[in-house]
Amino acid sequence: MNVSTSPKFKENVHDALRDESLQRALGRLKSGFQVNRANAISKMPEFEALRDQARDIKNHTLENLDHYLLKFEENVKANGGHVHWCADAAEAREVVAKICRDKDAKSVLKGKSMISEEIGLNDFLEKQDLKVVETDLGEYIIQLRHEPPSHIIAPAIHVHKEQVAESFRETHKGRDPNRSLVEPRELLDEARDVMREHFFAADVGITGANFLIAETGSSVIVTNEGNGDLTQTLSRVHIAIASLEKVVPTLEDASSILRVLARSATGQEMSSYTTFSTGPRRSDDLDGPEEYHVILLDNGRSNMLGTEFQDMLRCIRCAACMNHCPVYGAVGGHAYGWVYPGPMGSVLSPSLIGVDEAGHLPNASTFCGKCEEVCPMRIPLPKMMRHWREREFEKHLSPASFRYGIKTWAFFASKPKLYRTVTGIASKVLSKMSRGKGRIAKLPLAGGWTDMRDFPAPEGKTFKQLWAEKQSGKGGSK
Amino acid sequence: MTPSKPRVGLFITCLVDMFRPTVGFSAVKLLEEAGCEVDVPMDQTCCGQPAFNSGDNASARKVARPLINMFADYDYVVAPSGSCAGMIKKHFPELFADDPLMAEKVQALSDKTYELVSFLTDIMKVDGVPAEFDGKVTYHDSCSGLRELGVKEQPRKLLNSIKGLEIAELGEPESCCGFGGTFCVKYPEISGKMVGDKTRDITQTGAKTLLAGDLGCLMNMAGKLAREGSKVEVRHVAEVLADMTMAAPPITGKEGE
Amino acid sequence: MSTASKVTSRDAILGRIRKSLGRATGETAPSSVTERLASPKANPVVPKRAQIAPDQQVELFEKMATNVNATVGMVVSDGDIPREIARFLAEHNLPARIKISPDSAVSSLPWSDTALEVSTGIAGAEDVVSVTPSFAGVAETGSLMLRSGADTPYTLNMLPDTHIAVLRVSDVVGTYEDVWARLREKEGHGNMPRAFLWVTGPSRTGDIEQTIQLGAHGPRRLHIVLVDDTKENK
Repeated sequence: MNVSTSPKFKENVHDALRDESLQRALGRLKSGFQVNRANAISKMPEFEALRDQARDIKNHTLENLDHYLLKFEENVKANGGHVHWCADAAEAREVVAKICRDKDAKSVLKGKSMISEEIGLNDFLEKQDLKVVETDLGEYIIQLRHEPPSHIIAPAIHVHKEQVAESFRETHKGRDPNRSLVEPRELLDEARDVMREHFFAADVGITGANFLIAETGSSVIVTNEGNGDLTQTLSRVHIAIASLEKVVPTLEDASSILRVLARSATGQEMSSYTTFSTGPRRSDDLDGPEEYHVILLDNGRSNMLGTEFQDMLRCIRCAACMNHCPVYGAVGGHAYGWVYPGPMGSVLSPSLIGVDEAGHLPNASTFCGKCEEVCPMRIPLPKMMRHWREREFEKHLSPASFRYGIKTWAFFASKPKLYRTVTGIASKVLSKMSRGKGRIAKLPLAGGWTDMRDFPAPEGKTFKQLWAEKQSGKGGSK
Repeated sequence: MTPSKPRVGLFITCLVDMFRPTVGFSAVKLLEEAGCEVDVPMDQTCCGQPAFNSGDNASARKVARPLINMFADYDYVVAPSGSCAGMIKKHFPELFADDPLMAEKVQALSDKTYELVSFLTDIMKVDGVPAEFDGKVTYHDSCSGLRELGVKEQPRKLLNSIKGLEIAELGEPESCCGFGGTFCVKYPEISGKMVGDKTRDITQTGAKTLLAGDLGCLMNMAGKLAREGSKVEVRHVAEVLADMTMAAPPITGKEGE
Repeated sequence: MSTASKVTSRDAILGRIRKSLGRATGETAPSSVTERLASPKANPVVPKRAQIAPDQQVELFEKMATNVNATVGMVVSDGDIPREIARFLAEHNLPARIKISPDSAVSSLPWSDTALEVSTGIAGAEDVVSVTPSFAGVAETGSLMLRSGADTPYTLNMLPDTHIAVLRVSDVVGTYEDVWARLREKEGHGNMPRAFLWVTGPSRTGDIEQTIQLGAHGPRRLHIVLVDDTKENK
């Protein structure tokens, strides 16, 4: 599994906030994804009802996950494909490597797959002397830069075009060194050209899956570039890697959820390509892969069922939550330190790598609720982040000073008379400290506040003091 | 027998109690002018949200539980805060979900709890206030009020009824200011970035005054504006609606004082 | 890895799922599951946008396809298709050489009416323009529905720079659900072609600084020749 830097979240944040190029890239989230989503939704009057429906379909599926997975398996086999149930990342990696070995593969092409990132597949395959090439442009760019994705649908969102040009010049040898690589078009044309050579030489093509369809045994990918299609069509072997919860009952169910996917993700009404793949090449087909495999990965998901985190399994990886998250928008995806960033990552990562490892993530939220507002599957993300905080509190993972602080506060807040006295004194003292200026620039023990902003001073007396004075007729002007 | 005047228990909120009593008196004035009889239970402290959002449900329940009986006899419970009203209305039922004996009482409390401004417009059917205010204000939609309670048009409706007041909308009125309760001290750098984006937006409106319905957010934004040396004055929306801006200087005081 | 351990993982995963859902081993699927699979139905919420008269659906299809950067040419009979394609290629300065699907819907057209150089089969690196039939067109989003098969090799949809798809007006439907109903009618329930592809506009990417560029790895251009076969039939 990929190594996480989630425990170093605060350091990551510190660096991210000072990374000017990253900040410039993040600034484009609003004019891009956010505006596009809003436009797409304004054209779909049934959008809210479609969200409810998508949630209900997935809830029904999760409640019957075993039945639908078995049906899916049965139909993949009936179409001549193979299903591999993998309990964890190590098993999934090994199964993929074995398929490659059995086919005497030299080169592996990849369509974009977050599950492949989750299980750290590329590094593993490369260690087995396989040449692994990412075909999605964004994934290709970060592969050349030896970086993890910083966004689940726009993996290279943090990279600017000058950096892409630099990577291309380093990697694409034998081309005119004086060629122009300034405009995005020029960069894309070169990538397209380079990738064509890879497509025709591929032995194994690995893609993810947006859906698995129980009714037909199909895996579905949703893409815009067409790279996933070429990856799975031109390779001798197609391996689709999917986590368990990707299954839906029928073609109609997939279609219903597709109506909220692209609109929430990129703001398109539908992505350019939605491909339903069912089994290997048929006897009379002129093209298509000779073998078709599906890796069904659990990696902790079966344990989320039946818990307060079950709703997270509705996630369709549209990235609307991170596109709209003010924290993601401030620090970008790499700061989160593992494969899944933003609000969905803050809920999912602790499930997959442990809350002791990813403990910062569910805490680094203001609970502003924007993620839940835009989630097409109506996943209550803030509520689930709070559930993680509960688990941390129960496991004594939160800092001792913080726990002590909360307990002390709760002690005072549950003793009304004492509370009135203490707040009365605090109000007076803080007010005096401001020396009539209404604010305090530096406050002992409140560095977290005053490093960033002034501390507003209290008026001097508490409301309850003044109210009591007023009620007993002793009050002055108030 | 229905009393002629609805009896409102004011949930003052811990921040207003300690930092800005003027907001409390503004709320009382607005409620009384709207025809309510207002009472303030003196044993109230806090809604328990700091503990609840920190995962310490036991402490949250310890703080929250007394409120359930304390406010049982009022027709309505009103708080000058979307966040605290949201805690009682939306999260108390969750917090006490494992306590069937409390369920009915908690639900009853939840049902009658409102944020101040939306209570005035939606329940008391107030569509204007007799206040005066000279100048351009901007308004920040605090997250809990906006997303948990649907407070959006109500404050604008009442503000627009004020003679001399003009609203200059923020570029992103619904973006979080970065307060987030304990978030702002646990992750000061992210919070600092968020509130910095917010103050830039505030400054660009050209408004002289920033208003919002939640003191936590206001203290965060006011603190940042003050740190930047901004002349923008910051107040709780209730102070302006109640025409009580003379009762206290703006939050963090006036620049130069 | 031994087969035995694979069986173990499968059973272990299913066991954990059942345990988490509080279900006993071997419990059969409830009717809500079996019926959903046995007779799939449209879900209740289907956008009203495309639930309109057939001629309006064709109009909507054209509009939606054009919105996503496809171009649409209309002809009134099969005989006009080759000329429309020749015109399109000339207009865009594209080579007059096309690779077409073996499917008679395109292979039996009067190509000799034009000067186009026509060959049939799968697409290779040298093929710049392809012409394929379409299984259907969905008005809701202007999406083409393409299926793989002996006469419709898949690579023609994706490899050439320019993809020209022939779509009959009688094959334009309102929604995706309409397509599945047609497919089940033709193929029998549960049977899918190896690949079934929805194409909504040409290939695109926003991976470089979120600037949308057409023609990432798939076709740069998508031209749809709509054949109004409804009048012929009447």
